[in-house]
Amino acid sequence: MLRYFIKRLMFLVPVLLGVSVLIFSIVHLAPGDPAEVMLGPSATQEEISNLREQLGLTKPLYVQYGIFLTNTLKGDLGRSIKSNAPVVEEILDRFPATLTLAVLGMIFAIVVGLPLGILAALRQNTWVDALCSFFALVGFSIPNFWVGLMLMLLLSIYIPILPSSGFDSWRNFIMPTIVLGIQTMAVIARMTRSSMLEVIRQDYVRTARAKGISDRLVLVRHILGNVMIPVVTIAGLYFGNMLGGVVITETIFSIPGLGRLIVDAIRAQDYPVVQGGVLFFALCVGIVNLMVDLLYAALDPRIKAQYRAAR
Amino acid sequence: MKNLLEVSDLSVEYRTYEGTVAAVNGLGFSLAPGRTLGLVGESGAGKTTTALAVMGLVPSPPGVITSGEINFAGRNLLSLPEREMKKIRGNRISMIFQDPMTSLNPVVTVGLQISEAIAAHQNLSDKEAEDKAREMLEKVQIPGQRYREYPHEFSGGMRQRVVIAMALACNPALIIADEPTTALDVTIQAQVLELMRSLKEEFSTAMIMITHDLGVVGEVCDHVAVMYGGRIEETGSLERIFDGPRHPYTRGLFRCIPDIEEKTSEIRPIEGLMPDPLDLPKGCPFHPRCPEAMEICRTVIPPVSDDGGHRVMCHLYGKGGEDRG
Repeated sequence: MLRYFIKRLMFLVPVLLGVSVLIFSIVHLAPGDPAEVMLGPSATQEEISNLREQLGLTKPLYVQYGIFLTNTLKGDLGRSIKSNAPVVEEILDRFPATLTLAVLGMIFAIVVGLPLGILAALRQNTWVDALCSFFALVGFSIPNFWVGLMLMLLLSIYIPILPSSGFDSWRNFIMPTIVLGIQTMAVIARMTRSSMLEVIRQDYVRTARAKGISDRLVLVRHILGNVMIPVVTIAGLYFGNMLGGVVITETIFSIPGLGRLIVDAIRAQDYPVVQGGVLFFALCVGIVNLMVDLLYAALDPRIKAQYRAAR
Repeated sequence: MKNLLEVSDLSVEYRTYEGTVAAVNGLGFSLAPGRTLGLVGESGAGKTTTALAVMGLVPSPPGVITSGEINFAGRNLLSLPEREMKKIRGNRISMIFQDPMTSLNPVVTVGLQISEAIAAHQNLSDKEAEDKAREMLEKVQIPGQRYREYPHEFSGGMRQRVVIAMALACNPALIIADEPTTALDVTIQAQVLELMRSLKEEFSTAMIMITHDLGVVGEVCDHVAVMYGGRIEETGSLERIFDGPRHPYTRGLFRCIPDIEEKTSEIRPIEGLMPDPLDLPKGCPFHPRCPEAMEICRTVIPPVSDDGGHRVMCHLYGKGGEDRG
């Protein structure tokens, strides 16, 4: 089991390497010159080329990448062009807000989506099912920035009960959590419903019923135990999606998180921050996927056995 | 002897979008305590539906029990509320399902799957239920230490033994075994049958053995009921049915078994297919395939004629035709 875990951890290396090449190329092939942006329109040509020299921008691209890679391996993502603070520091400074938001969004998605899907399946083809499915479809179809704006309009302006921006109390988190989690919630609800309908028809559920055990025990032990496997897969996949959504949510609600850090850095052509931030996001997604794999083993003894076998 | 189970005039329909499937039509049979009834017939004859009706597990929707009584130990199961039915299921009547590969939950240990049946019906502590479950595992020749293992760690034959342990855990008065050996290898089939027979003796349990295999019937049953199109066409003691099958369908079934002694005799399958249960033929459901069909068979459902407990539903034997049995 531990060996499997370590092996999976090693798989992260090529993934992160690939991401680093991609993000490095995109940032450096994008039009615009960071030196020009930094010095403003009044700068002379000489000042600009001096700064370019200083930033290492005159060296060939592959050399720049080599320097970036070796520094990254040493845990140094460079310094922000804008603030001159180390990028690692900036990221770690902003990360708690983003992590809180992402975890809250996921909790919201599961706590609302899972019961919705279970209820819909248990009341299949009734109005309850129709309502749950409609809710899930709407949640999935509406773009989350629009949900954010509408919520803000409703709960901060028309009925001013929640703050529209900021990051100081739990009340600040309510709307961003909904905005971030609503799509994942909808996906989880739909996945839970279809997985439930599949599992309910299985022979082993009939076997369980034939034992005369309570309906609650049949649902919790025999049905949900099996329903959770595909639901966890989907939730894991959408966690990456949610980190993307963080960028939008943080921008709408002015939350000083990692997403906003990257967006601001892109606007300012602060390429070390963009590179470092995206790489850090990729690491997060990789770690979450790994956690999902481990969760699998906990949920499904057959997969655990495979892990043991595939040393 | 007083009967343990008496089923009379049982009809079950499945109401689907394509139409109404008449799965069981006015079926009746009885079973004395400790005896074994073989319920024989092709796929789609209504055997499993009959079993599920006794268990109170006909999937609904689409299944609807439209008529009949199922009297078990003096109580009509069809009029019992679900709460009461739960006390009987797995406790007084239990069921062994066809495919051991799918009838055990893959994410729950086999031990827990047995002990939960015990815990549901007996006032025991968790530890006591676990000990009892280990004991049941030993009874089906699986070491008790394997309590905490999962179904995927067992072979097909072992899994079926786990299912048998589960069914016997509360020492039921009746076990319904739905093709318990069909999904197993031939060598394992014999072992499982032998085990079932010896445990049945030990616990003096009555059993309904659902099968399409007349060999299995010959091994374990006292009585035989042959089903066709949701009805029992012929029923009687094992000897009567095996020595002198009367219904053309039953006779056809026996001709399907190869005879080792008569090497020249060919297997003669019954021509045609089971009727579409969405649209059962009028009269005797077997008449389109029956080599001895008469005019009356097309229109009138044959009455039951009883010859000392050997009952047959065929116009050849009633008033409808001369007795050629």
